Amino acid sequence: MTIAGSPADQAAQDGGFRSAEGVRKVPLRHPWWWVGGALLILIIGMFAQLLVTNRNMDWSTVLEYLFNGEILKGLLRTLELTVLAMVIGLALGILLAVMRLSANPLFRAVSWLWLWFFRGVPPLVQMVFWFNLATLLPKLKLGVPYGPVFASWDTNTVISAFTAAILGLSLTESAYAAEMIRAGIQAVSKGQTEAALSIGMSRFQVMRRVVLPQALRIVVPPIGNDLISMLKFTSLVSVLATPDLLYSAQMIYSRNYKTIPLLLVATIWYLVLTTLLTVAQQQVEKRLKTTHPQTGAMKNVKRLRFLPSFGKA
Amino acid sequence: MVPLLRVEKVNKAFGTNHVLRDVSLDVHAGQVQCVIGPSGSGKSTLLRCVNRLEVPDSGHVYLDGQPMGYRWKGDTLREMTSSQLAVQRRQMGMVFQGFHLFPHRRVIENVIEGPVVVGGVGRATARERAMELLSKVGLADKAEAYPDSLSGGQQQRVAIARSLAMRPKLMLFDEPTSALDPELVGDVLAVMRDLADEGMTMVVVTHEMGFARDVADHVVFMDGGCVVEAGPPGHIFGAPEHERTRSFLARVL
Ligand SMILES: Nc1ncnc2c1ncn2[C@@H]1O[C@H](COP(=O)(O)OP(=O)(O)O)[C@@H](O)[C@H]1O
Ligand SMILES: [Mg+2]
Repeated sequence: MTIAGSPADQAAQDGGFRSAEGVRKVPLRHPWWWVGGALLILIIGMFAQLLVTNRNMDWSTVLEYLFNGEILKGLLRTLELTVLAMVIGLALGILLAVMRLSANPLFRAVSWLWLWFFRGVPPLVQMVFWFNLATLLPKLKLGVPYGPVFASWDTNTVISAFTAAILGLSLTESAYAAEMIRAGIQAVSKGQTEAALSIGMSRFQVMRRVVLPQALRIVVPPIGNDLISMLKFTSLVSVLATPDLLYSAQMIYSRNYKTIPLLLVATIWYLVLTTLLTVAQQQVEKRLKTTHPQTGAMKNVKRLRFLPSFGKA
Repeated sequence: MVPLLRVEKVNKAFGTNHVLRDVSLDVHAGQVQCVIGPSGSGKSTLLRCVNRLEVPDSGHVYLDGQPMGYRWKGDTLREMTSSQLAVQRRQMGMVFQGFHLFPHRRVIENVIEGPVVVGGVGRATARERAMELLSKVGLADKAEAYPDSLSGGQQQRVAIARSLAMRPKLMLFDEPTSALDPELVGDVLAVMRDLADEGMTMVVVTHEMGFARDVADHVVFMDGGCVVEAGPPGHIFGAPEHERTRSFLARVL
């Protein structure tokens, strides 16, 4: 057989079959990418110009207050609120999830009611409500119901703005965490429980040693999302005059009227914190994926957010 | 002589599905009994009733003469709390078709989990004994591995070691090799043979007729939730009396 001179010759030889071998290929062009890209760059440029040149942005004031003592104290308070509300919310969430899966119908009902209520009432409404609890119950008492009272406190001294804030945030979180943890517990196979029972564990030991550790690993990603949401939701406490990051910024601009620069200070700190948390979350997820690959298989667990209206649900 | 395990007229139904019908069984200390029968005949349910993962609807299971799940109080039987039942269950080990190792713990941690958490044994002592058990099942070199990285046969041998770590009087096996690739079955059966040679009392649900023939002292054939026929392996495999036994054996042998 002779070597074909051109593809056309070969086509003639092979009875109409035309080989693609060695033929120049023209890739698909995307002219609209360039148009869209140019438009985006223009918009970003205009936004950057606004940031730099608008006198109300006042970057020197932003810099001046970025590490201001009052702001840093507010930042600390924000972190404190986030961690406390999250820890309490998760602890309650575990309890509620276990109750929700209990064989005892009363436990299930109470847990259901709790979830229904605290998922339904916005945290802000709750905070204001808790803060005004004294109007409803002037005194908090510890004792036998309808019997002797051992101790009693003034509600107003117990429920400070800080306590009210923690209550509002953690109770809401408890409802969302409970749903996630319940899904996590259900994703742990029944065989795990049976194997644990067969080596003589009690129901409680099975839950604590075998089921919960696996369930919690499964819910690490959605809990991480909740933590980030929680950080942002702590800003609600400014309505109770609790000096968190946002309220500290507000306090300062109410004195010097530099509203926008101080809001920028708060924004920068919120972004710094959420970025740090996101990076940490990704690291943790990556580690879990390598040391405990089975958690990767649990992607079917629904990711529930603190409040679904913010960010992707 | 009181049998180590007695199953007495146990009935169990799931809804309208009557899965066990008056099943009775005696297992004496040191015996190996194999339970054979078609899929769905109630073999797993029987084992699960024995260690009370399922509660029988009627009938009783006795371990060492004590009714499972109840304790004597004068002339009455009181139902046990879940922790009392847990204490009773420690006397039996169970090995499952699907292994069910704890995936979040290393092999060695899987084995010491029972003794440390349930038995109150010190970690160091428990580790020493766990290493002995792992050597016995041929997996001492995998002590620090996670179960995920092991083959099915290796996982099942770890599961056997995990059960043995509780020093049970009786071992229950529910089709321990059915989920394994054929070339891995032998290793698991070898471990079970050794165990039988050491005098462990065992109830083994299995489709491995060779194992049943060689190792069992007594073979129980179940069909439709009933014990159809039971006896020495020579009898069951050599001269089965019932037509159902014959047709089952004709299908599997
Ligand atoms: N938890 C359960 N709920 C409902 N039905 C069940 C349950 N466990 C077993 N069964 C039914 O009981 C019958 C016997 O099952 P099983 O004991 O697993 O049989 P075998 O182990 O001999 O194959 C089957 O029909 C099965 O569908
Ligand atoms: Mg079965």
